[in-house]
Amino acid sequence: MSEIKNKLLKPSKATKQDRFGRRISVLCIGLIVILVASIIFFIATKGMATFISNHVNPIKFLTGTDWSPSQKMTGALPMIVTSFGVTLLAALIATPFAIAIAIYMTEIANKKGSKFLQPIIELLVGIPSVVYGFVGLTVVVPAVRTLFGGTGFGILAGSIVLFVMVLPTITTLTIDSLNAVPSHYRKASLALGATRWQTIYKVILRAALPGIMTAIVFGMARAFGEALAVQMVIGNSALMPTSLVSPTSTLTSQLTTEVGNTIMGTLPNNALWSLALILLLMSLFFNLVVKYIAKRGQLK
Amino acid sequence: MTKIIETKDVRLFYGKKEALHGISLDFNKNELTALIGPSGCGKSTFLRCLNRMNDLVPGVSIQGDFKLHDKDIYSSKMKSDDLRKQVGMVFQQPNPFPFSVYDNVAYGLKLKGIKDKKEIDQIVEDSLKKAAVWDEVKDNLHKNALSFSGGQQQRICIARVLAVKPDVILLDEPTSALDPISSNQVENTLLKLKKEFTIIMVTHNMHQAARISDKTAFMLDGDLIEYNKTKKMFLSPDQQMTSDYLNGKFG
Ligand SMILES: Nc1ncnc2c1ncn2[C@@H]1O[C@H](COP(=O)(O)OP(=O)(O)O)[C@@H](O)[C@H]1O
Ligand SMILES: [Mg+2]
Repeated sequence: MSEIKNKLLKPSKATKQDRFGRRISVLCIGLIVILVASIIFFIATKGMATFISNHVNPIKFLTGTDWSPSQKMTGALPMIVTSFGVTLLAALIATPFAIAIAIYMTEIANKKGSKFLQPIIELLVGIPSVVYGFVGLTVVVPAVRTLFGGTGFGILAGSIVLFVMVLPTITTLTIDSLNAVPSHYRKASLALGATRWQTIYKVILRAALPGIMTAIVFGMARAFGEALAVQMVIGNSALMPTSLVSPTSTLTSQLTTEVGNTIMGTLPNNALWSLALILLLMSLFFNLVVKYIAKRGQLK
Repeated sequence: MTKIIETKDVRLFYGKKEALHGISLDFNKNELTALIGPSGCGKSTFLRCLNRMNDLVPGVSIQGDFKLHDKDIYSSKMKSDDLRKQVGMVFQQPNPFPFSVYDNVAYGLKLKGIKDKKEIDQIVEDSLKKAAVWDEVKDNLHKNALSFSGGQQQRICIARVLAVKPDVILLDEPTSALDPISSNQVENTLLKLKKEFTIIMVTHNMHQAARISDKTAFMLDGDLIEYNKTKKMFLSPDQQMTSDYLNGKFG
């Protein structure tokens, strides 16, 4: 009797395994949380040093247009403008293409067609960014130079390179969101006398809209954070862009260009950390936008 | 009685498999016809022939004559989107679009090219009233249709079809996903609608067929066994097999 009682009171093997597994995952999650928190803390303290130790006015930092930290000029606006410029332009060019390809792959192409396109898109994702940059430098920059004048370096060249880089991101996520539209919406629409095109643009695209928006934001986040490829075609001079073909710098390209040439603890170094902080805040912002869209999509 | 849909010797193949073995059924205007029979006997398959929804199923081939108002449903002159505006369909699972109630019901109107806001408002209201769901949604016309109960969703779907003003409405087990109270409301809605529309409804609920239909067709394994006035069918069927099925001996 007491033997049975003992057995019943003791945790079973399954319970023990369950507890063990739970402890391991809590431990791992804890480690990751600590890691992320310390990265944010580190960049934040380093990034704030410009304003606290070097007494740079944060407003002036964000609105000034002259960047030469070794001469105490820390206006980051040109980089901010250029970063947003290439990001928006790239997303603007890429989105229609991405939606068109995604519609083709999910709604129009037969199995063969999408089997043919799928690996191409996946290949585009896998190409290292330095390769994109190199192609941009040897093909896009001269082409821009002949077509639009200037040196060829600048926002336009950067946007074109980024367009190719974010296209697969936006396309694959858009494909996913189109595939996630339940087939009974299609049937309902067709049964009401809609043509296939009407069904696609009045029902499917609309139902998939939150997913497509998320895809675009992910693409923008990728464009905003891309450093290497952009650095190779943007011109790398921290000047306010005067046109789409004037050499300039993004936040990322300025960071990669200058990071080797500054001394820890000095203003030039701290100012770069402040650029990094802006990048971090922007990626947090992109994440929040995605969360917000997902939440609104669910409610609707 | 004028016939609105006439079908003759309908055979349908899913690939090589013959699912309908020569069915001939005519449907009268402003009547409610029920198609009954055990699961898998081909009721839905037959129904989907009438608005060419089977065209969407890969590998289907269809033989036989289909006429709507004496016009061949499957002729190359009949465009499937025009046909489906005349022959609407309500599905087993309520399937409103993830849009507002208003946008759901207005959908078909926009397909027809109606742009006048007042006209659309009026038709949306009329359709929701006819589908007996107006009182439940009128204060929330701009709320997502998916946030309503299953029964309300199904009546919104009926309203969405009514708005297109079809001649014929096909319903494929419209109440089988609903609770008894909602089913009842949908049944009452259909009873009212048959004054204006011709209704063909698949059901595997014999009591439902008995309650609301004028005529009943009993199908078994892809064959039409008996087609009769509902009263006659349930009181003294011509065929032994019908009687066995109605008495629950199989199915
Ligand atoms: N898309 C399809 N592909 C192949 N066979 C199908 C398809 N749809 C239905 N069938 C077959 O056709 C027969 C009739 O099905 P169905 O019309 O759905 O019957 P019911 O609606 O009476 O339950 C069944 O044997 C079913 O397996
Ligand atoms: Mg069925």
